[in-house]
Amino acid sequence: MKQLITGNEAVARGAWEAGVRFASAYPGTPSTEILENIATYKEIHSEWAPNEKTALESVIGASLAGARAIASMKHVGLNVAADPFFTFAYIGVNAGAVVVTADEPGQFSSQNEQDNRNYAKAAMTPMFEPSDSQECKDMLLEAFEISEQYDIPVLFRMTTRVCHSKSLVELGERKDVPLKPYVKNIKKYVAVPANAGPMKVKVQANQALLKAYSNNCQWNRLEMNESGIGIICSGDCYLYAREVFGGDASYLKLGFTNPLPDDLIREFASKVQKIYIIEENDPYIEEHVQALGIACDGKNIFPRNGEMKPEVIRSVMYGEKYAVDDEVRAAVIPRPPTLCAGCPHRGFFYELGRRKNVMVSGDIGCYTLASGAPYHAMETTVCMGASISLGHGAQQVFDTIEGNKMRVVSVLGDSTFFHTGINSLLDVAYNKSNLITVVLDNRITAMTGQQDNPGSGRTIQGEITEAVSIEAIARAFGFRNVRVINPNQLAEVKQALDWALGLQEPSVIITRWPCALKKQTAIDQEEFKGSFTSVYWVNEEVCIGCKKCTRTGCPAIVFQVAKKKSSIDPEKCVGCSVCAQVCPKQAIQKVEA
Amino acid sequence: MTTKNILLTGVGGQGTILASKLLTEGLLSQGYDVKMSEVHGMSQREGPVLTHVRFGEKVFSPIVEAKRADVIIGFEELEVLRNLEYLREDGKGIVILNRVRVYPIGVQNGSEKYPENAAELISARAGKMVAMDASEEARKLGNIRVMNIILLGASVRQLGLEGIDWGRIIAENVKPQYVELNQQAFELGKSLS
Repeated sequence: MKQLITGNEAVARGAWEAGVRFASAYPGTPSTEILENIATYKEIHSEWAPNEKTALESVIGASLAGARAIASMKHVGLNVAADPFFTFAYIGVNAGAVVVTADEPGQFSSQNEQDNRNYAKAAMTPMFEPSDSQECKDMLLEAFEISEQYDIPVLFRMTTRVCHSKSLVELGERKDVPLKPYVKNIKKYVAVPANAGPMKVKVQANQALLKAYSNNCQWNRLEMNESGIGIICSGDCYLYAREVFGGDASYLKLGFTNPLPDDLIREFASKVQKIYIIEENDPYIEEHVQALGIACDGKNIFPRNGEMKPEVIRSVMYGEKYAVDDEVRAAVIPRPPTLCAGCPHRGFFYELGRRKNVMVSGDIGCYTLASGAPYHAMETTVCMGASISLGHGAQQVFDTIEGNKMRVVSVLGDSTFFHTGINSLLDVAYNKSNLITVVLDNRITAMTGQQDNPGSGRTIQGEITEAVSIEAIARAFGFRNVRVINPNQLAEVKQALDWALGLQEPSVIITRWPCALKKQTAIDQEEFKGSFTSVYWVNEEVCIGCKKCTRTGCPAIVFQVAKKKSSIDPEKCVGCSVCAQVCPKQAIQKVEA
Repeated sequence: MTTKNILLTGVGGQGTILASKLLTEGLLSQGYDVKMSEVHGMSQREGPVLTHVRFGEKVFSPIVEAKRADVIIGFEELEVLRNLEYLREDGKGIVILNRVRVYPIGVQNGSEKYPENAAELISARAGKMVAMDASEEARKLGNIRVMNIILLGASVRQLGLEGIDWGRIIAENVKPQYVELNQQAFELGKSLS
């Protein structure tokens, strides 16, 4: 039976069909739905990990214990998991293991555009690059076979379009793959120098064997047409190239891309007159082809950034001009994402944005939107967890300046805190900077679409588990100044900031209120009784049109330009009351039931 | 046949996802190869939604190329304008335009002006523009949420896909209690087109 499914769904299906028994991931666009879909199969034990490193390490353990296992992450997640990834390649597997990396050419929701194919080359792991959903499933099944046959984890490289596009997939049945017995093998699994040396020799030898596989496998194929133009491509770029050139070019379609198939590349080169390498991001294939002494065009004519969409290829190859419609562009206005109506971050950033002599060190989550209008209350964003440690370093330097007034406020969410912020907070405790750390605890991983995390009290399968207390962690680390506040109460926020700024010691403020989109548990409903149940309205007779309420950035507030009065969309308002607290005239009032 | 290119464009919460799901289900029932691509991310936070649907004998790219959209199904005026450069320029491009405006935050807080002339700009560039207030029509039917199905019905007519058993497709993909309403909305959309 064929179904129209996304690449992420196809990977999940492939994992199930491959007999996978253990899966772990940290959510991150565009990879999140892989584990969400895997978790729907009861045969696979699925877990949200605190971060990608712990996810991959538990996958290593699962593989060693004898279960086929998979870890999935966004491209930058593999940076976090790079440490275990490299050495996992050395020690190898027991049952098959696959690491999915979801890269983001075009950077739709990421801080950079790194090309993770480089990781496969650097770690000497085999790599697959599917181009559509069917290949996602088929290649994943093969990846587990390769992993076991060559005793090495496999990198499975997807990109946003592969992850999120739907195409037809022929579904299969689950293979019965029994657990492999665990055998104690210190020489194989303990990567101390004496063992790791021979391990690396084995990995290198593997590369030679895998090169033969790469030359002969079904995933790397020639598609010859009556044309002297030869296109070498992988992943979604194959689909884009086919779209543009159709039968007017020959193709070397690569699906297994580490190691690359030298013989096949040479054969292809001998059959065409001119070679173009069409690949997104880095000149990964191109540099290899050039190293073989084969002339080709690649990044000298194609961009290294953004998606290699058909129009990009067409404009480079055929000079097709895409006329800019100035009249239309002048009329189009932006539709930026905003913090939702009732978002618990709103009140906090409204207050923080008013502070002087403060550097706000930010992080990755919905709250990164606070860097934009109307708050402008976030000055740095680098990577998960960096808010605290970056802020720590900055505060240490500011404090060397005589008469320093600059204070650093580091801001991150609950999930980001558990991810890597927790390590950074240790740095603050240990190295004694005068940092103000604010954990915006909205009781869920919100940005990626409401995933549970170690603080939410629920597992991916909805089972009740320990809800780790951020407050208890901060106190256990030795912080004497810890406060938990309700961020919707502006006076409370203001007071907490005054308190923290007045201290000559590091402090931790935890704002605790659920995400407006969170499906609240019974425990939430008890703790946050009455939240998101009321609606506010603007008494136009009292409103003076000062627009202060619009500066909270709430999408429920509509300023009526003609009337010079504010109004509130009752469909959107969930009654957080932040605008009412901001209003100087008490024109904003609760709708009485 | 050559591959057909359709874009659905709107803002989060307008029901573009269900409309594109029904559209692709219908196309699959005819044995077409179908691909679909969505830009995810910010739709829950008042951001835009853009869905690409392509169908034909054999489809390669999942995304519609600039200047090659046959039909734009526009759920909101500004979002059609934002994606208008996808529309084919040979006078054969069709726009189904919902005369609905969802104000971005900048318009709401009075710092930006909504393009009042959106429909004229679109009409001047489309080979054919079928405009309707599908939200108002849906309200008349008794449920604002079937606005998406009205637009789908209108689009199906313009795409010449009336031969597909849409009644069945709707019945298989929406909750039983809403099947009849959605089928009505679909037929209404066809008749308005």
